[in-house]
This record gives sequence, structure tokens and C-alpha cells, in this order.
Amino acid sequence: MVAVYCRSSGESLLISPTSTEIYMIRLFMLYILMKKSREAAAAVKSKPVPKPNPRWGREEETEIFAKKVRLFRQGKISDDDFRRFRLQHGAYSSRLRMDYSMVRIKVPGGEITPEQLEKIASLSEAFSIGSAHVSTRQNIQLHWVQLEDVSEVMRGLVEAGLTTREACGNTVRNVMCSHFAGVCPSEAFDATPYSKAIARFLLRNPMCQNLPRKFKINFSCCDSHGLVRVADIGLVPTVKSTDDGKTIRGFRIYLGGGLGAASFLGHLLEDFTPEDRLLATCMATIRLFDRHGNRENMARNRMRYLVHEMGWEKFQRMVLKERSIVEMTTSYSTVQLFDIKSHEDTRQLPKALRMTKLPMLNGKITNDTPEYERWLHTNAVPQKQEGHFTAFITLGAGDITASQLRILASAIRDYSAEAVARNTPQQNFALRYVREIDLPDLYGKLASAGLANPGALTVASAVGCSGTTSCNLAITNSHRLAKEVQRKFLELGLDIDDSLRDATIKISGCPNSCGQHEIATIGFFGGATRMNNTMMPTYTMLFGGSAGEAGELGRAVMRVPAKRVIDTTLKIIELYKNERAAAAAAEDNDETLHQWIIRLIKGQGSGSIKNLDDMKAALAQVIQLPSPQQNPDAYRDYGSDSLFTAKTARGECAA
Amino acid sequence: MTTAVTARKKKEAKVSEDFKLPIVCDADTLRSLIRGKSVRIVDVRKAEDYQREHIPTAVSLPLARVLENDAPEKIVAFLEELGISDSTPVVVYDDTFGALASRVAWTFQYIGHDNTALLEITFKQWKELGLETEKQECTFPRARHSLSIKKDIYVDASYVEAAKSQPSTLLVDSRERLNYLTEHIPGARNIPYTMVGSEGSILRKAEELKRLIENRGITNDAEIITYCGSVGTLSGLTYYALKLAGFKNVKLYPKSFKEWKALGKPKEEFKDANYWDLSAE
Repeated sequence: MVAVYCRSSGESLLISPTSTEIYMIRLFMLYILMKKSREAAAAVKSKPVPKPNPRWGREEETEIFAKKVRLFRQGKISDDDFRRFRLQHGAYSSRLRMDYSMVRIKVPGGEITPEQLEKIASLSEAFSIGSAHVSTRQNIQLHWVQLEDVSEVMRGLVEAGLTTREACGNTVRNVMCSHFAGVCPSEAFDATPYSKAIARFLLRNPMCQNLPRKFKINFSCCDSHGLVRVADIGLVPTVKSTDDGKTIRGFRIYLGGGLGAASFLGHLLEDFTPEDRLLATCMATIRLFDRHGNRENMARNRMRYLVHEMGWEKFQRMVLKERSIVEMTTSYSTVQLFDIKSHEDTRQLPKALRMTKLPMLNGKITNDTPEYERWLHTNAVPQKQEGHFTAFITLGAGDITASQLRILASAIRDYSAEAVARNTPQQNFALRYVREIDLPDLYGKLASAGLANPGALTVASAVGCSGTTSCNLAITNSHRLAKEVQRKFLELGLDIDDSLRDATIKISGCPNSCGQHEIATIGFFGGATRMNNTMMPTYTMLFGGSAGEAGELGRAVMRVPAKRVIDTTLKIIELYKNERAAAAAAEDNDETLHQWIIRLIKGQGSGSIKNLDDMKAALAQVIQLPSPQQNPDAYRDYGSDSLFTAKTARGECAA
Repeated sequence: MTTAVTARKKKEAKVSEDFKLPIVCDADTLRSLIRGKSVRIVDVRKAEDYQREHIPTAVSLPLARVLENDAPEKIVAFLEELGISDSTPVVVYDDTFGALASRVAWTFQYIGHDNTALLEITFKQWKELGLETEKQECTFPRARHSLSIKKDIYVDASYVEAAKSQPSTLLVDSRERLNYLTEHIPGARNIPYTMVGSEGSILRKAEELKRLIENRGITNDAEIITYCGSVGTLSGLTYYALKLAGFKNVKLYPKSFKEWKALGKPKEEFKDANYWDLSAE
């Protein structure tokens, strides 16, 4: 006997079903279930619930900024005082032009709403160059803004809930969080709310307004995604079972890492830091840095130098001790300011139906593969939420026009169930919670705005800092070079070659590592060299860097003229392919370019290239240049039609 | 009911031949003026766009026709042909964020038709708001218009060259930032046309423009000359933005940077940064 509830009549019927009837009832229930999940999915598509906006900006700061600029112009504030104030509020001076600024917009946790992207679009048109720029630390930068207009940009940002406060200067910079956090199949839990809560706690906090130097905090989702070893504080979410059978959340915390002219990998503080000690650990570290950090020598005052000079064991002991003091002395109300709950996503994100297997999961991609499938293969990955995908938007060295930003905003509304995007340290955007059935439409929409380039998750997505396009410290045009590498690699179809997929190319315009060249498979940093009696832009090439918890710093190999960088990387790939073909008979045939390069660094190569010396010899021919008279262009930098000179001005990173 | 009717009558009664237009005319005011048959609306889009559809009672005067020959006598002839007399209020609109309309409105004011305004929105926005349009070509009886050149709103290259050294004179380049950085008239400051517009309107609100320009340290008593790339459209819009912000002494250099370069006059360039490579265009 079964009770069947009839929705239309509101009656319950008692029936004694036959086997056919049971089958029919089952079928009916299945139908209802499917209908419900379809309805749920459809509801989300038509109405994504907007994510609450944490409102980082403050209007009064924009007015204060405008006032300070006026006072500065009237000569009533000294250059140094004004510079410090300006940087504290997120404006760098532009390359060799003090009257222009780069405005750095913080995107805490990398999470950005469509409304914010639209606001950035109109601000870039009104006050900047009509394009915005995604940085390697999840900021979005507007370049060449007239100093007097910066307050107006800030005003617009405040309207959208964004801030530039403490995006530069000796402060805690944008707190990063892996763009896979929340969707990563290997993560213990979603670190996003923690990253935003710590960002909120530290923003405008007097304890970090005048640090010896800038301070960077990065959260990852798992051991492989995220830049945890190259930050002052790097955090990997993890869980631990307690004796009473409970699971508690916590982090593996790395301290004292960082990239720069001299780079260090962070050290693991302890095996497990429970989440309720996260705040105290961060506070203790910042306090120690504030107290003991070098305030004299600008070139060596990041916390990594302090750790290095003091020795890790000593620093570790001091942090643990300081943490106890913090815990004993911090008031309850202070701890309440670290509010993870308020940053948690409490919305019901939908479940999606699993449909078909996507070609990228099994298919072989060739040059004849339709564009959409190629994009799918190189730009989309499945999430831990079944039926949902994260799709990446390939940008050229992080640049995106105002109209593209608007299309992106609209695509987020149409296709991302979480109704936000993330920006990535690879200078791209990630659109998450895209249903499998929506991927073709999403592709179509992106393609209409030139945003559907393939290669986002491959070697083709080269990273490049702003270089001589706007930075005072830059020696070379790393920005353009990264775009040229990407263009060439996509043209050659290298993005579809899976053996190159886990390799990365990252380029900085000077040794200071904003392009993160030291964590690239093949990294480059810019310099100037005299060859054949002529100054020319060159890059120091590094091999074998990687991010993640087991990350390594790259090792410098040799110098390459700027105009030979592309040929050199192509030659390296060719050498790799040759070795691979030679080893084809052998079993070990699926070694990737990245793995091969790591093997070379260890001197364990086989065949004709056994180590870095063999590699250098094999590349000697490619880096040769004709005389400057024969080919003057070979001695010029990208984007320049005149002789190369290395012009730099005072860096403001350390002001 | 009675009050509403009276109010409407009052509003319409206000609309007369001597109605003094503001610098920017909003859609609501324009609709009242249309109802009162006391405005001449000038559509400066291409003739075929006008023929397809236009704001009711609008006449067509494509910008290209004005630029072909903008001798003052010729402009007067245009006005007369369009049935515009000295006292007719004129509202100009375009479909290009107000720049084309600005150039034509400025030309009318230059030859002495002071009572000219820009429509606050573009034709596209007018349509999006669901406001009425019509197809038939509008013609009006020929009118008589006098010629009284307003010298103080126009400058030529030699004036610009002389003015550069005047501390109280400010030269404003209205082109986009990257074009300006590449090269500009020495001493010019950059207020790109993109800075003065807003999402729903061809120009920001007066107080907002005032704040923006005051931020730049530009004072109300300055003589300001605007120029752009070639024919004075973008700088026309900036011209009106400055007027709206309350600046009294604003002038347009309509032949702009194109002529300046052709005359071989000096330029200021900035070559120490590869800023063009930041553009995602």
C-alpha cells in the first residue's frame, strides 16, 4: 500500500499498486526529480543571486586625496610626505612622469562583481587609457591617470565597493586567494572567506600603516595552486582529525618567502595551525616584522631578509612566542573584527546535471579541431561541483579594454551561477560555476568581444609585468614581449600541445620580479647589455621555477637579447621535442617540457642535452645577432623604433 | 485635475520664441518645446539616418555639410534655409556622444545664434527611452537671420601660438590620453572628451564637471582654448563641458592639431615609455 499525494486536488490517495504501477510511480518520481533539478538550474540561469558587496572603499578618503593633491601642487606638502601618502592610497607615479599615476585597485581574494568590472570600464575610459590591466597579484590597474584625477577614480571605485587603499606603499598589500578556492577538487575547504576576513581586519589597521616595507599574504586552495611559498605569509588550507573524532580546519602557514632581486621560499611554521590561531599568527608575524624589520636599507627590508639574516629557527621561535603574547593580550572585541562568517558565501549555489563528457577530457586536439573545442581544451576545467566548469578568459599580459570588461560583466551575469569572476596571477579572468550546457553560449559571447582566445591554461599564456609601458624601474618592455610570445605561440598552435601544457613563461622588465619570472618553467627578467659596441635590451633567462607548496625558484641560465627571446624559447621546445622523439622507443615518453627542464637542471638529462651547459651550447647560435649596421632592429626593444637606452627613475615600491 | 491642467498650460505658456535655452537641454524640456512648436531641432547625423527616423519636427543638417564650408555667410544661409530666425531657440542632437552636435552648435553660436543648446542625450538614447520619432522630412518656411560673429569663442593657430606664453591662458587637448601623450601642442593639458560625458547623458552634471576641473587646479578666471585631432568635434564637446562647469572665457580652435601639425608648428612628445603597448585594442 502506498500513499500518493495529488498536488492539484490536494488529496492523498491510498493505492495498492501492481508491479507496472510501481514502475510508473518510480518513473513519475524520477520525472519530478529531473524537473526539479532542471527548474533549479533554470532559475539560477535567469536570476543569479548577486554576491553581497563587502564595501572596501570609503568616500572621505577620496576627498582627502583630492585635498592633498591640491596642497602638494601649492607646495604646502613635501615631496616625500606626499609620496608616502599617495602610495598608501594606491597610486604609483608613472614612468618618468610624476604628473601621472598608476592606480592600483585591490581585489581582495581576487573576487570581483560584474558591477565592479563595469565601473572599472567607465573609469578607464574617462580617466585612463580605455584599457585596464590585471596584475600578477590579483589587482586591477589603471595606467596613466592624471594625478589630479586620481581622487575621481577613487570616488567611482568607492561607489562600486572597491578600494585602492594600501595597494602600494609599506602596507599589507592585496590579500590573494587561489582562483580555484571553493571549486578545487583537491582543497580541504574554501579559503576565500578567510582571505577576505584577514584583508578586512588588516585594512586601515594602525598596526600595518607604516611597516618597514610592503607585506604580502597569499592563500591557496591546495598544495599545487597558489603562490604560498613566495609571500610573506602563505597559507594552505588543511584539516585535522582531533582525538574526539572531530575534524578541525586549519592551515599550513609558510613565512618569509618572496620574489625580488633576491628571492626566498617561505618556511613552514608548524605542521598545523588551527583556524582559531590564524589571526594571532598573522598578527604576531606582522608585529615582529614591524619591530625588527630593517628600516634603513631599502633594498633589503622585506621580511624575507629579516628571516634570512636572523635564521629561520630563531624567527620561528619568536613568532610562536609572539603569538602566545598576542593571544594573551588581544581583546575579545579585536578578535571579533576578524569575521570569517561575514565573508562566507551563504547562497545556495546550484547543482548541475552531468551531461556529456567534454572533448578536453578525452579528445585529441589538432590544428583542425574547431575553435570552440580548442578553447574548451585549453581554457576550461571541471570543478569539484559536478556539471560545473571554470572557464578562463585569455588576456594579453593582463590587458582588457573597457568594452571587453562590459561584455565580461554581462557574461558573468548570464553564465556564472556565483555571479562573480576571479582574476588570476596568470593575468587572466576565471568565470566559475558555468554549467556544462552553457559553455558553447559563453564561448560565443566571449568570442564576439575578442575574449575567446585559447591557451589560458597553457604555456601560451605568458605573464608580463607592465615594464617600460608605465613602470619607473623597468629596463625593458616585458609587457609587449609577453604579448608577442602569446601571439606567436597561439599562431603556432603550441597551446594544444599537452606536453607543453604545464610549462609556464613569465617575464619581468627588471630584476624585481613583478612578472614572477622565478616561478616560471622558463622565466626572463630584463636588463641592458652592450654587444658589438651597442647597448641593447636583454633578458636573463631562468629555468625550472614553479609555484605551489613544493615550489622551486628558477635558476639563471644565460642572457638572451630581447629580440631573440621568442626564437630561444622555440628552440628550447624544439630541443625538447627532439629528445622526446629520440626517447620515443624508450618507455619514458610522456615527460613534459617542464619535467624535462627540471631533469636538465639536475644534470640528469639524456641524449645530446644532458645539463644546462649542453643547453647553453645548443642555444648559442640562436642568440647571435648580426652587426647593428646590418640589422639595427635587433638591438631595439619591442615597441621602439629608436636606439635603446636604459632609462629608469627612483622606484616607489620602497618609498 | 484642474491643477494639473493649469500647470501644464503654464509650462507650455513659458515656451515661446524668446525662451532662453540652457547649455544642455533635457529631453523633457525639448518635448514641451516641440508641443509648443517653438523650437527648431537640428539633426546633424548623416542624411540617410535622418530620413530613416528622427526626433519629431527635426530638420537635417549633417555635420559634413557644415564642415564642407563653414564660412559664416554659408552658415547663415543654412539657418535661413532651415527656417531659423534670430529668435528661434535651436536644439542640436547627434548619435555620437554629443561631439558632432557640439561642433554644429558652436558654429551656430559663432555666427551669432546664441540661443542654441545641445540635447542632453543622443538619438540612440532618445529611442531607448521610448520617446517618439517620425520619418517624414520636415521643412519650414525660410526665415531671415542676421550675421553677428562672436569673435571671442574662436581662435586660430597664430592666436594659440601667442597665447601659449600667457600664464592666464590654458590650452586643453581633448583627445584620448594615449594620443595626447604621443604628441600635443606644447604646454597643453589633457582633458579627454571621455572624461566629460556620463552614462546617461552627453555631459556630466555641472557641479561634477566643476569639481573635476577644479581638481585640476584650473581657476574660473582662466582663458581656456580647447582643441582636438582634426575638426573641432571632440574639443567642441569639451568646450561645452567647460561652459557648463561655469567657465566664462572658453574658446575653440576648430582646425585643431591637424592644422597645427600641417603648419609645422612645434610639438611636445613623450617617448620614454611604451604606453601604447598597454592598450588591449
